[in-house]
Amino acid sequence: MSHKVIIPIGPYHPLQEEPEFFRLYVEGERVVDIDIVIGYNHRGIEELSEHKHFDQVAFLVERICGICSTSHPFAYVNAMEDLAKIEVPERALYIRTIIAEMERIHSHLLWLGLAGHFIGYNTVWMWAWRYREPILDCFEMICGNRNHYAMMKIGGVRRDIEEQHISFLKKTLDEIAKAVDMFKGAIMDDPVIKARLKGIGVLTKKQAIEWSVVGPTARASGVNIDVRRDDPYGAYDRVSWNVIVEKDGDIFAKTKVRILELYESISIIRQCLDKLPKGEIEAVVKEIPSGEGIGRVEAPRGECFHYVRSDGTNRPIRHKVRAPSYMNVASNKVSAVGGTISDAAITLAAVDPCYCCTERVAVIDKSTDKKIMNGWQLIELSQKKTEIIKKIFSKNK
Amino acid sequence: MLILEEIKERLKDKIIDFYQHSARRVYILIEAKYIKEVARILFKELGLRFSTATGQDTPKGLEILYHFSFDKTGHIISIRVLIKDKDNPQIDSLATLFPAAEWIEREMWEMLGINFIGHPNLKHLLLSEEWPEGKHPLRKNVS
Repeated sequence: MSHKVIIPIGPYHPLQEEPEFFRLYVEGERVVDIDIVIGYNHRGIEELSEHKHFDQVAFLVERICGICSTSHPFAYVNAMEDLAKIEVPERALYIRTIIAEMERIHSHLLWLGLAGHFIGYNTVWMWAWRYREPILDCFEMICGNRNHYAMMKIGGVRRDIEEQHISFLKKTLDEIAKAVDMFKGAIMDDPVIKARLKGIGVLTKKQAIEWSVVGPTARASGVNIDVRRDDPYGAYDRVSWNVIVEKDGDIFAKTKVRILELYESISIIRQCLDKLPKGEIEAVVKEIPSGEGIGRVEAPRGECFHYVRSDGTNRPIRHKVRAPSYMNVASNKVSAVGGTISDAAITLAAVDPCYCCTERVAVIDKSTDKKIMNGWQLIELSQKKTEIIKKIFSKNK
Repeated sequence: MLILEEIKERLKDKIIDFYQHSARRVYILIEAKYIKEVARILFKELGLRFSTATGQDTPKGLEILYHFSFDKTGHIISIRVLIKDKDNPQIDSLATLFPAAEWIEREMWEMLGINFIGHPNLKHLLLSEEWPEGKHPLRKNVS
């Protein structure tokens, strides 16, 4: 007789930027169904936005996410510039692009570290986060903050990138490029990681299209989309770079896409710094006419979508925000089902939602209501699996 | 320009108003009863991606904008429908066509009180289960 067990994952952790709650239905080792509950951190930002001045909204939406904090204001200003048909000075477009790509680097490194930790590669975790620090230092140098950079404003940017910043930023990029080489070798050529991540948590191309997933999650499943190329904004159409697409749709492919994207981001920033035109950094914006506008940005996790409607006053009458994880997290319904519990932690983390939620896992026996496991034990289970694979590999040598 | 011509050709008499705001932003007004058919043509036949939907309370009624993205050219085609009956607003669910619409329809159901006919799992998404019935935060008459 099958014995069904429910594993709740989440919902709260102080480090999460988006709390979510996964209820895994497990039979033996296999995940047979999953229930995703979100909304624990619903702050009513769309409604709040209707009560703020257009300029204040940029600060408000910056607070939606702590990791990709520039993506939301960037998408918002794109929407406003579409609405009011504002021409943004060239230099501002380049600065916006540099900030957005720096954010992608720190966000991908953050994911890489946590993914490493989940599968028991704590050295990857330490190193990835060690190289994330210099990027945060660069942010602090340019805008005074390690996070929440407040660079975007309607019609331009708030601060300039000065000459002395450029040489420091370039030096930091050289350092990070070397580190990415190291990660690429250590992760993509490692037989244990391959055995651990290949064929796990697969999202097929058909599923990716049906669930309309975005960003690295879509690109790892062979869906060739990237807002930066498809609907160019900022200075992305003025520099040359590649969209990284993989076919397999498993966690290994998602990891590979993110690692290779780091190279593209470094290259985009270098080109922008070299081409950085002189001139104004903001356009004068007096009044916002009535109308509607849509702005999109390729955030580190995928397409970030903002819709703004104005009725001619100084506040939006409707502001719709759709973060990329909204589409990606929902797809766990298909990618996690069919896998084993030991792969659940890394599968749910592979779309790059919030990782810390899994630290609050509890495995409960449905028939007795007794707790079998907590979150740390689930991660330990995942790490143990890697240890076993390592032993098998060393025996075969 | 090609994709816009094709959409015009396929949707033909269903289009009440076709408005191109800027190079890659298009708004098409249709009647609410055609939404499922239009969404099927755009998503299944023309290969557009479902980005999201925006529901809003306007003086004329409840309005939904279904944003479809055509990634080959970067167009966003926003299909606009107006549900005039604010007391008992309803429209066909798209979640049966593609699961990507499941969450956003649940969100519009709780925030604006729009009933999505045929939705497989119409329950609270962002608000708590204990949220009082009949209170919809994005309705303009709610303070």
